[in-house]
Amino acid sequence: MAQAARRLAALLVYGACALLAGCGGDVEGKVDELPVGSEAPAYGDTFVQASIGDIGGLIPNLTSDQSSHEVGSMIYDGLVKQDKDLNIAPAMAESWTFSKDCLTLTFKLRKDVKWHDGQPFTANDVLFTWKTITNPKTPAPFKDGFLQVKDVEVLDPHTVRVTYPKPYARALETWGEDILPKHLLEPYVADGKLRESPQNRFPIGTGPYRFREWKPGEKVVVTANPDYYEGRPYIGRIVYRVIPSQATIFLELKAKGVDYSLLGAFQYSRQTEYPAFRKAYNKYRYPGTGYTFFAFNLKDPRFADKRVRQAFAHAISKPELIEGIRIGLAREATGPIRPGTWAYTDQVKRYEYNPEKAKALLAEAGWIDRDDDGVVEDRQGRPFTFTIRTNQGNDERRKIAEIVQQRLKAIGVNADIQVIEWAAFIKEFVKPRRFEALVLGLGTGVDPDQYVIWHSSQTAPDQMNRTGYSNPEVDRLLEAGRASCTQKDRIPYYHRLQEILADDLPMIFLYYDERLPVVSSRFRGIEPAPAGIFYNFNQWYVPKYLQRYTSG
Amino acid sequence: MALFALRRLLLAVPLLIGITFISYLVITLAPGGPLDFLTPDDPNASPEVKERLIKEFGLDKPIPVQYWNWLTRAVRLDFGRSFLPDGKPVLTKIGERLPITLLLNSVEMLIIVGLAVPIGVLSATRQYSLYDKVTTVFVFIGFATPDFWLALLLMTLFGAQLGWLPISGLRHLNWEYLPFWRQQWDFASHLILPITVATFGGLAGFSRYMRQSMLEVIRQDYVQTARAKGLSERVVISKHALRNALLPVVTILGLSLPGLIGGSIIVETIFAIPGMGQLMVQSVFSRDYPVVMGNLVIVSTLTLVANLIADMAYGLVDPRIRLGGRRGRR
Repeated sequence: MAQAARRLAALLVYGACALLAGCGGDVEGKVDELPVGSEAPAYGDTFVQASIGDIGGLIPNLTSDQSSHEVGSMIYDGLVKQDKDLNIAPAMAESWTFSKDCLTLTFKLRKDVKWHDGQPFTANDVLFTWKTITNPKTPAPFKDGFLQVKDVEVLDPHTVRVTYPKPYARALETWGEDILPKHLLEPYVADGKLRESPQNRFPIGTGPYRFREWKPGEKVVVTANPDYYEGRPYIGRIVYRVIPSQATIFLELKAKGVDYSLLGAFQYSRQTEYPAFRKAYNKYRYPGTGYTFFAFNLKDPRFADKRVRQAFAHAISKPELIEGIRIGLAREATGPIRPGTWAYTDQVKRYEYNPEKAKALLAEAGWIDRDDDGVVEDRQGRPFTFTIRTNQGNDERRKIAEIVQQRLKAIGVNADIQVIEWAAFIKEFVKPRRFEALVLGLGTGVDPDQYVIWHSSQTAPDQMNRTGYSNPEVDRLLEAGRASCTQKDRIPYYHRLQEILADDLPMIFLYYDERLPVVSSRFRGIEPAPAGIFYNFNQWYVPKYLQRYTSG
Repeated sequence: MALFALRRLLLAVPLLIGITFISYLVITLAPGGPLDFLTPDDPNASPEVKERLIKEFGLDKPIPVQYWNWLTRAVRLDFGRSFLPDGKPVLTKIGERLPITLLLNSVEMLIIVGLAVPIGVLSATRQYSLYDKVTTVFVFIGFATPDFWLALLLMTLFGAQLGWLPISGLRHLNWEYLPFWRQQWDFASHLILPITVATFGGLAGFSRYMRQSMLEVIRQDYVQTARAKGLSERVVISKHALRNALLPVVTILGLSLPGLIGGSIIVETIFAIPGMGQLMVQSVFSRDYPVVMGNLVIVSTLTLVANLIADMAYGLVDPRIRLGGRRGRR
C-alpha cells in the first residue's frame, strides 16, 4: 500500500518520469531475493553520505558551501522550514502572524525545545542570533535578510516580535536561519571571534542530530537526538564522508560503501542500470535549484537589438541541448523562476527551433550575408563574430558553448569559445562586463524575488545584473513584488515579470538541471516531492532485519 | 665539518626568506583572492562582509607590507589562522594532516628502497640477462602508468569486484566498535592499495639509479682486485661493490626527504586520504594564503635541511670527499 502510494505520488509529481524506469522505489519483483523480516519502522543503523568537499565550519551561518549547510541543517534548526511543496512551515516557531501592513511579524515559539546541552531554547536566543548576524564583526556571507529588520523584541520567553521599516517579501523565509545558542556564544560575538569559538568545532544546536565528531578532510559524524521536539529520528547516525574524487564515490557506491550520492546524468542513465545496482539502490530524480543560461551583454550594440537575441533563441534547440548534454535529464527553462514554486508560470513566449525564422529576424535587424561567404554582415560589411565565454571545470557549459557555436554557424553567425579558470573568469570578464556572451548557471531560492538580478540599479561591477538589463516596467514589478508579504498579492507581478523576460530575452534560459540521487534500498519512508527527498529525513528508517551498522 | 654545517645553515636563512618572498608574491598575484571563495557569487550575498574580511585579513595593504607582516609573525613561528570559515591556526591544520602523510610516505619509501636495491643490483650484475630485461620492462611500466588509472583499476578489482580490500578512506565506519586487533588490521587494510599504487610508480627511479651506479662500480679496478684476491662473487658484490654503489643513492634518498611530508595529491584524492597533499591543493584553490605559506615554509625548510644532510652524509660515507675546513689538505 505504501509502495503504491509512493509510486502514485511520484507519478503525479513527475508525469514524464514514469516513462523511465528510474523513478521511485523500484525494488518490487526482487523482494524474494532479499532476506525477509518485519517492515516495521525501527530505530538504528547509519546513513553514509559521500560528498566531494569537506565542511567549512560548524556554524553554518558563517559558511557558504553546500556541505556545511547540509551538516548544519541536521544540528541546528530555524524558526521556520520548507515543507515538501516548498511552502514555509513551522519549525521551532509553532505559529506566526503578520500585521495587516506587513510591518510586524510575531512568532510564538515552541516551549519544548532544548539545546543539546539541556538548556531551554527561548526567545532570547532568537534575539541573540539576529544581533549576531547583523553585528558588523560577524563574517556571515548572507546578512541581507536580517539587515532588513528594524527591531526584534522579546515579548515573553516564548514570543518574539520582529518589525520591519517597510514591507519585506522574504521576511518569513529569512527566519529559517539557523538559531545560535546565546548561553554559549555571547562573549565570542562581542569580540568578533565567532569563527574561533568552540562552537565552530563542537557545536550545540537544537536540531534532530547531535554533533559527534569532525575529522577534517575525512568525515563528520552526527547521532540522533533522543530529545528532539518532533520525536527522535529513526536513523541513529549520519556519517558524511569526504571523498574528493567522483570516480571513487562511484566505486564506493558499487561496493555499497556509501548509502547516498548524487549522480551525473551519464552515470544515472547508463552506468547504473544493471540489475545488481538496481537492487541495491533506489534512484530518484527531482528538479534542481539552478538553471543554466546563455547571457548577452546588452551594452554590446549587436545584442542590444531584441531581434538578434530572439534570432539566437530560434537558432538554439533546447531539447537538443538537454538530450545531448543531460541525456534528457533536465527540464526546459522558460524564465528565471523555479518551476514548481508558487510564482512560476509557463504561460510565456517560447522560441521553437527554427533557423529560417532566425535568419529572417537577423535580416530584419540588418544582418545579411552580403558576400556569400556564409557569414552575415551588417550594412558596413562587418561580419557577425563574437566570443562565448564560460568557466573551466564545468563540462556541461563547455559542451553547450560548442553546440550553440554549431547552431549559430547555421544562421551565419561566427562564435569563438573561450574557457577560463573560475577566479580569473569572474574577475577579468564577468564583473567588469568585458564579455559579449556567457554560458553560466545561477541558483534560485524558493522566493521569487529577483531584484538584484534584473533591476536597472544593480549593474555595478560587484552587483548581479550582469547583462546590463534595464526595463522600467520590470523595475516597477520587482519593487512592487518585494514590498508585499502576501503571496496572493505578489503572484501577478511575478507572472508579468516572466512574460516580459521571455519576450525581452536578456538571456536565453536554457534548462533547469535535475538532481539525480541514489539511496541504498534498505532505507524506507522516502517520498520524493518538489522539495526533493530530504525534507522528511527524520521519518526515514531501516527495518531491523536490514540494518548494517551499529549506530552509536 | 661543524664549521661547514654552520656556514650552510647561515646561508640557508636568506635563501629561505627569498623563497617565502617569491612564494608570497606568486600566490597573491594569482588571479582571484580568498574573498572570491568566501563570499559566494550569489544574489543574496552581502558585499560589506567582503570589505570587513579584507580589513581583518590585512589584504587592504600593499603586498610588500602584507609580506612583512607575515614574515615578522612567521619568525616567531606564528603562521596565523586559516582564512576559511573554520578559522583554525595554520599549525593545527597542518598537524591534523601530517601524521597520516608521514606514515604513508615512510612506509612507501621503505618498501621502495627495500625493493629497488636488490632489483637494481641484480639487474646490474646480470646486465642484459632475461631477468634484467624483464625487470626493466616491469619498472618502466610502473613509471609510465598514471597513478589514478592504476588506482581505479585496483579499486575496481579488489574493492568493488572481489571485495577483499576497502576502496577508500582510513577506517571502517564501525571502527570504534571493533576489537583491538581487528582495528589494526582494518587500518592497515585501508593503506594497502594506496601504498601499492605509490610504490609501483616510484620503483622505477630508484632501481634504475641503483642499477646504473652498480654498473659503474663493478667495472672499477678495485672490484677486479677483489675478484683476483679470490673472494667469492657474493662477497665482492655485497661487501666491496655495493657499499660504493650506494653512495649516490644516499644523496637521492636525502633529497627525497621533503617528499615525505609533501604528500601525493593524486593518491590522496583518489583514495580519500586526508593528508598534506589535499590540504595544499585545497588551500591553493581557495587562496588560503596563511595555510599555503605555512605549508611552503615547512616544505622548503625541509628541502634545505635535507640538502644539507645529504651533503654531510655524503662526506661521512665517502672518505674521498671531505669538505670545508680541511680543504687545505691536498
